[in-house]
Amino acid sequence: QFMNVAVCVKQIPDPALPGSLDPSTHALVREGKLILDDSDAYGVEMALRLVEAAGGGEVTLVSMAPNSEQSGLRTGLAMGAHKAILVSDPALKGSDSLGTAKVLAAAIKRANPDLVIAATESTDGYTGTTPVQIAELLGFPSVTFAKKVTVSGGTVVVERQTESGYDDVSASLPAMVTVTAGVVEVRYPSFKGIMAAKGKPLEELKIADLGIDASSVGWAGAGQKVDSVVDAEARQAGMVIEDDGEGYAKIVEFLEQLKVI
Amino acid sequence: MAISKIWVVAEVVDGNVTTSSLELLTAARATGATVEAVVAGDGAAVAGELGSFGASKVYSTGDLGGSLLGVPVASAIAALVSGGNAPDAILLAQTYDGRDIAGRLSVKLDRTVLTNAIAVAVSGDTLVADHAVFGGSKIMKASFTGAGPFIVLVRPKSYAAEASGGAAAAVETIAVPDSGASGSATVTERHMEERTGPKLDEAAVVVSGGRGLGEAGKYSMVEDLAKALHGAPGASRAIVDAGWVPYSYQVGQTGKTVKPEVYIAAGISGATQHMVGMKGAKNIIAINKDKEAPIFGIADLGIVGDVHKVLPKLLEALKGRS
Ligand SMILES: Cc1cc2nc3c(=O)[nH]c(=O)nc-3n(C[C@H](O)[C@H](O)[C@H](O)COP(=O)(O)OP(=O)(O)OC[C@H]3O[C@@H](n4cnc5c(N)ncnc54)[C@H](O)[C@@H]3O)c2cc1C
Ligand SMILES: Nc1ncnc2c1ncn2[C@@H]1O[C@H](COP(=O)(O)O)[C@@H](O)[C@H]1O
Repeated sequence: QFMNVAVCVKQIPDPALPGSLDPSTHALVREGKLILDDSDAYGVEMALRLVEAAGGGEVTLVSMAPNSEQSGLRTGLAMGAHKAILVSDPALKGSDSLGTAKVLAAAIKRANPDLVIAATESTDGYTGTTPVQIAELLGFPSVTFAKKVTVSGGTVVVERQTESGYDDVSASLPAMVTVTAGVVEVRYPSFKGIMAAKGKPLEELKIADLGIDASSVGWAGAGQKVDSVVDAEARQAGMVIEDDGEGYAKIVEFLEQLKVI
Repeated sequence: MAISKIWVVAEVVDGNVTTSSLELLTAARATGATVEAVVAGDGAAVAGELGSFGASKVYSTGDLGGSLLGVPVASAIAALVSGGNAPDAILLAQTYDGRDIAGRLSVKLDRTVLTNAIAVAVSGDTLVADHAVFGGSKIMKASFTGAGPFIVLVRPKSYAAEASGGAAAAVETIAVPDSGASGSATVTERHMEERTGPKLDEAAVVVSGGRGLGEAGKYSMVEDLAKALHGAPGASRAIVDAGWVPYSYQVGQTGKTVKPEVYIAAGISGATQHMVGMKGAKNIIAINKDKEAPIFGIADLGIVGDVHKVLPKLLEALKGRS
């Protein structure tokens, strides 16, 4: 009954800091300290709960990041994940989502999971396509936008958010499921967890270890480039007034002018 | 080899082509290319509507049962392409299913996907897609470097859907190859939330609430105001993540883009990721107790005040009107 879950965790520049673009490539600058993408903390939490519910098994974190960056992985290990696989290689710089998916799919295969969890979209890239690309590369079914996930037998059952509510969706295992922010309450790493994380196995790989050719990833493999970044049309501020108890009347007046009422 | 043929993956809900799909047909038509549509389900039933928005042909998968659309639609398209019928570009709406189809297709065709596009244009032999970055203050222009078909996910509400008055599209039924385990994701039951009034991305008035409402129970003020104005209620991510309202209410970078006549933001600070989803509104009204709140920088009418005082009075004043 044991269940192994792989979780994709992206390590990103702190979104609270102002981002910058490389002047020549226009790519987001990813130098310096990276942190666990908040969106993926929900995936880690979901995986831990599923393994607990199954009565045992392992949660393996999988990440692709520059400069052997580990701090986001350590956060996930401190939450309770068992081990981590990190792919870091200078050849990966400039990868598009398809290139990223090829690398992550090859790394995930090594963990031989019953289930893979990712976020519906990352905070810094937000293409929302990487997880489905991974699923296709692995030949797995995928269910995106999950808000509730249960596993029984060889099947995963998901409440998938929709435009008008949610659908119950079932798929055979192994499968990929993506979760959105806020679907579970994420635990904070305990002091004990943080200490234990330091000793947990973290395997670091180069693309050659995964049998991936450098020409299919990074700038070399990317099928897209940024041509330019230009200023967007700015919107002007209008009238701002302090509410003296009659502020609502200004709104009524404005709505009347617009013939909304 | 210019861009001479574009496919639009058209989504159908309750028997109608979605507005975002009609927007894509409009965008595709503007390039001057031949436009054809791919429909998951019964393409014949919507051939008239698709034709009137410029599609000359519709490829119809027929009934897909309860399958999630990603795998069957992508494999049907990939089969056409490998059979020699390849378009130069494939446009999809960045929706729940649109992303699934694009992701699957990307691997099947071994082609990259440009995502979150807010405009698409032909440039020589390639396509250029605009993306709003840094909260919409900058536009990033990206293009494809390799060979087509170029796959682009376009954010809904990037174009205004306009009919061309074309004749009904010719219908061609296409085969959906069996995908085995990868195609096993199936809907077993649908749960619809009771919702009245217009849809968030189609409403002429949108009233959104944020963390400034203080607690989940106060969101009813936003719903009441939306109702009084025949509009739709929306939300900032802060209160979606807090579980006050479902994700489908979210306005912004990771939620919906809305372009109503009037957008009312109540207790929303105006983070860049929120503003990128609503700054296309014709008129913006903001209520926030902090006069430094960034939302005032783009509001046509800003009220520096407490939502708990302003909204009840506003609701009272609107009673029996509109
Ligand atoms: C990658 C990424 C994507 C994101 N995508 C989105 C997105 O799609 N949509 C989105 O909305 N956000 C998004 N965010 C989050 C965004 O950065 C903000 O955190 C969020 O929009 C804040 O929501 P808020 O304005 O409700 O809350 P806050 O920023 O906390 O603002 C609350 C406001 O209420 C005011 N207030 C408090 N009390 C009162 C009162 N009694 N009366 C009147 N005003 C009051 C305060 O002055 C404050 O301005 C994203 C963030 C990231 C990093
Ligand atoms: N470099 C990466 N390392 C690990 N996981 C990733 C990486 N890039 C994307 N993912 C996963 O895929 C999800 C969607 O990413 P994106 O396609 O960038 O929106 C992320 O939230 C992660 O779960």
